[in-house]
Order: sequence, then structure tokens, then C-alpha cells
Amino acid sequence: MDYLTLLQILDSALRLATPLLFACLAGLFSERAGIFDIGLEGKMLMAAFFSAATAYSTGSVWLGLLAGIAGSMVLSGIHGLASITFRGNQLISGVAINFLASGLTVLIGLSWFKLGGQTPSLSGDARFQGIDLPFAEAAMSVPLIGPLYAEVLSGHTLLVYVALLCVPATWYILYRTRFGLRLRAVGENPAAVDTAGISVVGLRYAAVAICGVLCGLAGAYLATGLGASFVKEMTAGRGYIALAALIFAKWRPWYALSATLLFGLLEAVSNRYPSLDLGFITLPSQFMQALPYILTVVILAGFVGKATPPRAGGQPYVKER
Amino acid sequence: MSTAPAIELKGISKAFGAVQANKDISIRVMPGTIHGIIGENGAGKSTLMSILYGFYKADKGDIYISGQKTAIPDSQAAIAAGIGMVFQHFKLVQNFTVLENVILGAEDGALLAPSLRKARKELTALAAEYELNVNPDALIEEIGVGMQQRVEILKALYRQADILILDEPTGVLTPAEADQLFRILHRLKDEGKTIILITHKLREIMEATDTVSVMRRGEMTATVKTSETSPEHLAELMVGRKVLLRVDKTPAQPGEKVLEVENLRVVDAAGVERVKGISLEVRAGEILGIAGVAGNGQSELLEVLGGMENGTGTIRVNGKELDLTGKFSDARSRRKRGIAHVPEDRQREGLIMDFKAWENTAFGYDDDDAYRAGLLMDNAAIREDAQGKIERFDVRPANSELEAKSFSGGNQQKIVLAREIERDPDLLLIGQPTRGVDIGAIEFIHQQIVALRDKGKAILLVSVELEEILSLSDRIAVIFDGKLMGERLPAETDEKELGLMMAGMTGKDS
Amino acid sequence: MEQLPKWADLIVVPLVGLILAFILSMLMVLATGHDPLDALKLMVSGALGSTYGWGYTLYYATNFIFTGLAVAVAFHASLFNIGGEGQAALGGLGVALVCLFIPWPHWTIALLAATAAAGIFGALWALIPAYLQAKRGSHIVITTIMFNFIAASLLNYVLVNQLRPKGAMDPATAKFPKPSHLPSLGEILNSVGIPFAKGTPANVTLLVALAACVFVYYLIWRTRLGYQLRAFGKSQPAAVYAGINPVKITIITMMISGALAGLMAINNVMGEAERLILGSVEGAGFIGIAVALMGRSHPIGILFSALLFGALYQGGAELGLWTSIPRELVIVIQALVILFTGALDNMVRLMVAKVLVRPKRAEA
Repeated sequence: MDYLTLLQILDSALRLATPLLFACLAGLFSERAGIFDIGLEGKMLMAAFFSAATAYSTGSVWLGLLAGIAGSMVLSGIHGLASITFRGNQLISGVAINFLASGLTVLIGLSWFKLGGQTPSLSGDARFQGIDLPFAEAAMSVPLIGPLYAEVLSGHTLLVYVALLCVPATWYILYRTRFGLRLRAVGENPAAVDTAGISVVGLRYAAVAICGVLCGLAGAYLATGLGASFVKEMTAGRGYIALAALIFAKWRPWYALSATLLFGLLEAVSNRYPSLDLGFITLPSQFMQALPYILTVVILAGFVGKATPPRAGGQPYVKER
Repeated sequence: MSTAPAIELKGISKAFGAVQANKDISIRVMPGTIHGIIGENGAGKSTLMSILYGFYKADKGDIYISGQKTAIPDSQAAIAAGIGMVFQHFKLVQNFTVLENVILGAEDGALLAPSLRKARKELTALAAEYELNVNPDALIEEIGVGMQQRVEILKALYRQADILILDEPTGVLTPAEADQLFRILHRLKDEGKTIILITHKLREIMEATDTVSVMRRGEMTATVKTSETSPEHLAELMVGRKVLLRVDKTPAQPGEKVLEVENLRVVDAAGVERVKGISLEVRAGEILGIAGVAGNGQSELLEVLGGMENGTGTIRVNGKELDLTGKFSDARSRRKRGIAHVPEDRQREGLIMDFKAWENTAFGYDDDDAYRAGLLMDNAAIREDAQGKIERFDVRPANSELEAKSFSGGNQQKIVLAREIERDPDLLLIGQPTRGVDIGAIEFIHQQIVALRDKGKAILLVSVELEEILSLSDRIAVIFDGKLMGERLPAETDEKELGLMMAGMTGKDS
Repeated sequence: MEQLPKWADLIVVPLVGLILAFILSMLMVLATGHDPLDALKLMVSGALGSTYGWGYTLYYATNFIFTGLAVAVAFHASLFNIGGEGQAALGGLGVALVCLFIPWPHWTIALLAATAAAGIFGALWALIPAYLQAKRGSHIVITTIMFNFIAASLLNYVLVNQLRPKGAMDPATAKFPKPSHLPSLGEILNSVGIPFAKGTPANVTLLVALAACVFVYYLIWRTRLGYQLRAFGKSQPAAVYAGINPVKITIITMMISGALAGLMAINNVMGEAERLILGSVEGAGFIGIAVALMGRSHPIGILFSALLFGALYQGGAELGLWTSIPRELVIVIQALVILFTGALDNMVRLMVAKVLVRPKRAEA
């Protein structure tokens, strides 16, 4: 494998990791506040559809982005209603949301565009375009580092850089602000937050809303950045991979970056090499596809570093005494 | 005019469905005093304080703070009114530092750094003022319960509370730690703070309070100056009639050794050694009472004996060794060896609250041949059996089709007792037999325990209620920090000596 | 919260949830420019208006009975088995191996063998998540989700690289040999003189599904194992107190659940397709969640809700065939049923309580 191929794989890994990273951070906010969210997939799908549909109809990718976020937020609202207000089962709510998105996107898409559930292809301003980072051209002449900068880091759409910036931003919010302190507290011991005179419900809704925004970005990137239209079921399990990455990352922002990059890399490699010949063994592409899930199970089993979820995760808060 | 009361409640009422938790309660607490509220479990003390802290909304009645009528719709309002609460179960975030817990909800701005700096300074000042030393950077999960309680008090003081409510604060403390807590409370009182102490322990009321209110079944039965009352008088007010302090029983006739425990050790899931080499024996026809402050290893002792937890050492029942770690270390194998177990927490362990009473009477004994019809369970047989148990143990209402959760605490305990005692065990393990049980049922339960002893059975009793230990036991062993501090005969000891031993101070002969 | 009478909790609440789901879905149909009443009529007549429709409705219902029971058994032990999809897929693999490689003399014997294989494969696929939950505390919901994806990859590999006949293009096994074909419901009914459409996929597996309902009823409410798994589901510390081994119960319950999900394969793989194709489960594993929630985890409830969902699926297919409303409408209805009878259960209960409890109080 030559250097250029490696760079191409890394470039593609970064692109494929972006939706995972958004969704993973989305899950991080929600779960750190004690709300399990297996509906990341559905929210992404909803956002992907509405961003593509709106971008196509208005010709503006920005309006598309807003519509995508709005679509995802509506589902977040339902999840909040079910799991915070009515103290329902958060997992079941997540399952319902995934189906709702999967059915609604086709139902609405078909009646809107009559294209069998897809949107027409996006072009021009209806898509996010690549941005060349400064000096990318010039850097090519620098050996090793130069091409890495120009090929891998430069040339992505804006959302890729936004996703990367979200990592330090999430870290800062979580560990350096009042909101972050309260958010972490409410996921660990909501009674402590409640008796301190802070609204558990308010905090959890805030977390779920942030989760909605980030899932919206993830979905919008899928349809208007990575791809150029909405296709039925286009998230293809990415929401679940993001969930896996979140566990892999032990609910921490910087680890989330590494985990999603790793999973992005796996996807890029399996796209490039349908069956990977390692000399002594040939790995079929199906194995590469299953690898993120297998790795997550191994992590969950606690054989490689125990992942402890937020203590109050998954349980509705009921005031006691 | 004299000064206005720090807190005045007028005509507070609160009902939960059909249960009237608080009935027309009025109370005045003067500033700079320690006011006790005493009552049995379920008397409505905690409900009243929860109303004061904004957890519940009263159906009727008004709250006055320093003479001002104040609405307290939520905890935020309570904090703003200068009320701080130390709950029985601490409300701390385990993986946060002391400092983070203190500022949570009382931060000064959107960023943490300035708040943390300020709180660190403030904490040092508070520590100096009230002798409340804690390491601000320690994680809560790494400090002891006494320290955690201090953090709760510091939280309230940091929020500038003038009124401090403590709900059963000594339940998890050793007598020494409790004394230290009371010193802190007096110090706070001297600085002008008002303190409300909720407890069901008469001793604490007598030692620490200036005035005391007694609650019974949701009503405030009296408010008196502590100096003008006696424990006997308070006890009477609490239960509404003279209490039997001693159970009628004949001297024990100990027979063969039934239970022998040698050098038992138990390590919990977190790797902490809870039982540190305990040896004891119980003979047929006697009750051995284990006294101790909760959390000193008595629960683990019961759990190993009952087959709920693993341990190391040797345990023999009727001379034959028990399996402590292997395939036969489970509760079912214990029952087959003639051990019955009334667990400390009947709602979490002893009963399935959503199961009907009849289903619960087979719980743990569902493999009994009498309950089997071929491959299936013989539900008719279980029902019939259950109805008999319910009648013999006077469970009310006598309806085995009701779910366990719809019985009162005392009747739930009777269901558990009926199930375990009627198995005619050689050894009965019984933990906190009367916790959350009404007075009438207490007498009945105590009689059943003594009756079983008189049938020549061995009984190991664990209770945190010293009075119960003193009145039921034929011998008393005191547990502290996972070790036995020594044994006493009930006739030759008193609460004071036992209390010292429970605090880890060795008695005269050991 | 107000205590509802048991009958209301078991019947009225799920029905109200169902009605809410339907009203919302029909509003969506209206919003997309169609007449909801026409759509509803077409669905009902398509699903139940002819023996042809019934032949499909009952076929789908058979699948959903199995996956619904699978979810319900786990629910009783407070375990959420979201892995029915993967377990059913593996069940399909078991059925395919048994049917392809062993020459059976008669379909009855083949059915017995395939039932065993489907059950065992499904159970084994649930074993690892169960073990990890019981022994290592790994959250079973997450691991079963992961195992769904792993199952999909595994089947993809096996079908593409191993079981695909030489020269064939699609990822599927060869057709099963004739003796292993199951008689369809039409054939059975016609033979006793009841007219029934012949070309429909409902088959003798329906009877196996009904037997499974009876089996689950006895298992949960009449056996010691059922008693223990219900007790374990209500309170784990109490289970330990009673001497119920949490590891054993978790593993056994999940294996029964996985086996039930796996059994679905005798319907769709052996009874209908008569070969194993990729993605044969078609989401039935997930529908089991809706069926179990709607049916309140009781076999009788599951039977009815499986029928309802069977009719929905067939009705939805007719809708997709004759109108421009896609069959994905059914997925929306299914999502709303899960939402209202599962996640928003408390909301529906509150609504029902307002109607039912208040007048009573006024009388008193």
C-alpha cells in the first residue's frame, strides 16, 4: 500500500467518522444527563431527510440544515416527553423513535417527491462544498506532513470541521461550566440536583435538546455533505455504531473522537478492500462491517477496561420523600 | 414583643390518597434553639419536613419564616428562605469532589473556576468556625458516612441556611460519631442557627434538644420543653399507651449447639472486608441478639448464614459444615439444612411486592413437593396452605389474593414470619424484626419469636434497636467494624455499656 | 398516580393507545393528500376481506406470535430482548442447514427437526448476551442490538461465500428439497372441505405458534421456572434471598426467548420461501416488541395483537400495491403503537384514569 492510498483511506475515514462523531456526542450529552438514547439512528435519519428535502426545495443548504435540526428536535421532544415527563421506558421510546423516523421519511418523501422515498440529487448551493484550508496547495511540496495536511485535513465540508470543534467544546462545557457540572450530576444522582433546588426536568430536557441538535447535524451531514440526496434508510445503522462508540469512549468527549475515528477507519478500509488479505488470513468484508459491534461487545464485557455508564442512566426520576 | 419564631407552621394537612399523613399540624420553633420532632416510623415526621423543604405541597395550612408568611413550592424556595436539609439518605454525587458537591446549585456564574475558588475559601472559613473539617478535594465515594454527613451540613451552611433540618441523622453513625455531630449542632445553635432534629430515638431528644414535639399517626400530640419531660412520658405520647419494655419470657433452657461460626470473614463486591473474623455459637432454645450500629457487618453476617453472600471460615449447623462459596452456598441449600431467614429488608428481599400473598407464602420454598403437581406448580395447594398461615398469624386483611404491597408493614412481616416459622426450622435468622412495624404487631412478632425459642429452636437476632435486643435476647453479642466486641447477659448489662461497645470501646472483660 | 382497575390496565389502556396510534396515522394519511377512510377500508378488506387476504394476514401473524412471545418471556424477567431480529435470522440458518443437508422422508419429521434446529440456533444466539449480562453486567439491550448487526454480517458471509449455489447471483441458498416443504393452510383446509385460497403463505406453522402460546402460558404462570423468573423480574435481591440463581435464570430466560424468536424461521424460511434469503426476518423481530407491549406480555394478548399486526402488514402491502400510500405507513403505525403502549404508557394511563376514576369519586 503506497502513501497516497493510505492518505485516501484516512481522508475517507475522517469523512465517515464525522456523522458518527456528531451522533456520539449527541448521545454523550443525553446519557450523561441520565437519559439513554437508542433513538440516535432515527433522529439522524429524520434530519437527513428534512435537510435534503428542504435544501432541494429552497436551494439553500443552510435552510436544509435548519430543517434537519428541527426534524431531529421534534423526535427529541417525543423522547423527552416519554422518558422525562411521563417517566416511561427510555429504551422502548428509542425503539419507537427509530421506527417512526424510518416510516415517516418514506411516507412524507414519497408524497413530496414521488421518487420512491428518495429526494432528488442536490447540487450547487443545496449541498455543503469542500473547503480548502489555507496553504493546502503550497503544503503539498512538504514531504509526508504536507500531503497529510492537504489530502486528509483539507478539502472537507464545513460540518467536518464543526464536528471536530465540537469535541473540545463538549469537553469544556462538561467539565468547566456550571451547566456541565449540573448535567453530570443529574446523570449520577438526580436527587442531589433536585434538593439543591435545580430542576431535574429542565436539565434533562436541555440535554435531550442538545442531543437533538447534534443528531440534526449528523443527519444533515449525511445527506448534504457526505452524500448528495436522501436515500431510504441512509443512516444504515450509524446511530447504533455511534452508540457503540459512546460505550467504547466510556462517555468521554476525547475518547469519543478516537472511537469514532477508529470506527470510521474500519468503514473506510472495508470500503476500499472488500476482503482484506493480511497474508496469513483473509478477512471478509462482512467481518470488517461487524468489527465495531464485536469490539463494543468486548468492551461491554469488561475484558478490556470496564465501561461504567452514568449511575442514574435509564431510570426516570421520581421524587422521594 | 418577643422575637418571632424562626419557623411557624399553622394547620398543615397533607393526604396521600386515603392516608392522612399530616393532620392539622401547628408548631413554633424559636430562633437559636434545637427542636426535636419525635415519633414512630410512619408517624408523618418526614412528610412534614418534606413540606417544609418544598418536596410536597401541603393540602392546607401556612408556613411562616421569621414571622413572614412564606410559600415554599419547591426546594429552591426553601433554600431562598434560609432552610437547609440533611436527608437521612445523603443527596451527594458519588464521583464528584466535596467542593463540587458543595457548589452544585449554588454556583456564582456560568463558569466553574471562580465558584470553586470562592467555595474553597469559604469552606476553610466554615471549617474553622464550626469544627467541620473535610478535605475539599476528596471524592465522596472515598470518604466515610460521618464525613459525608458533614458535607451535607456544609452544603446547607454554604447556602447561608439559618434553619437546619436533620432527618434521622444518627442512623448510620456510631455513638461516638453521633456525639461529635451533636457537638457540631450545639456549636451551630450558639452561632444563632435554628435546628430541627427528627428522630425516633428518645436518648437523642433528651440529650440534644431544647424543646420537643411528638407526632403520632399524622398528628402532633404534644410540644414540651425537654427539661420538663422524661423519656417515659415521651414514649407514652409517641405510642399512645404504656409500652411493654420487656417481653414476658421464661429463662432460656439452652440445649445442643445448633449454630457454630468460626473465624467468618466476608468481603463485599467493592473488595471491602465487612466481617473480620467472627466466631459465635447459638444453642437450641436460646436467642442470641447481635447489637450494633447499622453498617458494622451484621447484615453481611446474616446474608452469609442465609446463603445470599459468600464468605470464608467455618460454619456448622447441627454439627455439619455449610458450603460457603460453592454450589451449595445458595439460600435454597440453606433452607434444606433447616435454616429459615427473615431478612432485614422485607420489601426488597423477603417479599415480591407485586406477587399475591399466597404466592409469597411459597417464596423460597417453591420446590417443596407439597406445592408440585407433576411438571406444574400446585397453585391450589399453595393457596390453601396460605390461607391457613394467614389465619394463624392474624394477617389483616385475611385475603390471600391481595398483593403483598397492599398490606401494612406489620402484616407484611407477619406473612414473612408465617412462611419461615411454620417451616419448623432448627435455626431462625431474623433481621430487624420490627422495623417499620406498628406497635400492635410488634408485640405479636416478639411473642412468636419467643414461642419458637421455647420450642427448642435456635434464634439469631440482629437488630439496631437496643431496646429490642435487650428485651428479646438470652445472650447479647455486640458487633463493631466487622468484629464482635464481646458478649453480655441482658440482666448484667444496660444500654450505656452496650452503647460504648457499639462504639468500639471494649467492655470490662475483653 | 391513580390506581386503575386491573381490567382497565390490561385491556382499556392498550386499546386506547392503539386508537391514538391509528388516529395519528390516519391524520398523516390525510396530510399526504389521501382519504384516510378509503385507506382504512382498503387495508381491512385487503387483510380480512378474502381468504386470500387471511392467508397472508395469518402468515404474518404467525411470525409475530413467535417474536412477540420471545419479547414477552424476557419482559417477565425484566430483561429487554431487542435481539429477536438476529435470533430469528440465526434460526433461519439452523432451518436451512437441516433442510438442505439432511434428506427427510416426510415433512412432519422435517418440521420436528427444523423446529429443534431453529430453536437451538436462536437460543445459542441469545446465550452470549445473556451470559455477558448475568456474569459481567453488560447491558443486554446494547449487546442484543450489537448481536443483531453481527448476525446480519454473519448471514451475509454465510450466504454469499458458503451456501450460495454455484452460478447463482442473489445471496440465498438453493431451494429446499421437496419432502421438507410444509403444507400450506389452504391445502390443509381444502383437504377437509373448507375453501381457502391456495397460493398464500400461511402454513402449518400457525399451529406450532398456537402451541407456543399455550406453552408460554403454562411456563410463566404454572411452572416453578416461571414463578422464579417472574420473581427475579420483580426483585433481584429477593430472588437471591429465595435461592434463585440470577445467572442461571437470566441465561435460561434469554435462551427460551431466543429459541422462540428462532422458531419464527420455520414459518418464513421453511414454510414460505423454502430457501434462506438475506434479510429474511424483515423486521419481525422488532415488531415482536410492539406485539408484546400491546399484548401486555400475556399469550392471549399477544395472539390478538399479532393478528392485528398481521392484518396491518397485509393491509399495508395492499395499500402499497393499489394506492400511492407506501407500505411504510405500517411502520409508522407500529412506531406509534410502541410509543403509546410502551414509552408513553403512563400518559395513556393518566388519560384513562381521568375518565374512569373521577366519576366514581363524585359518586362517593
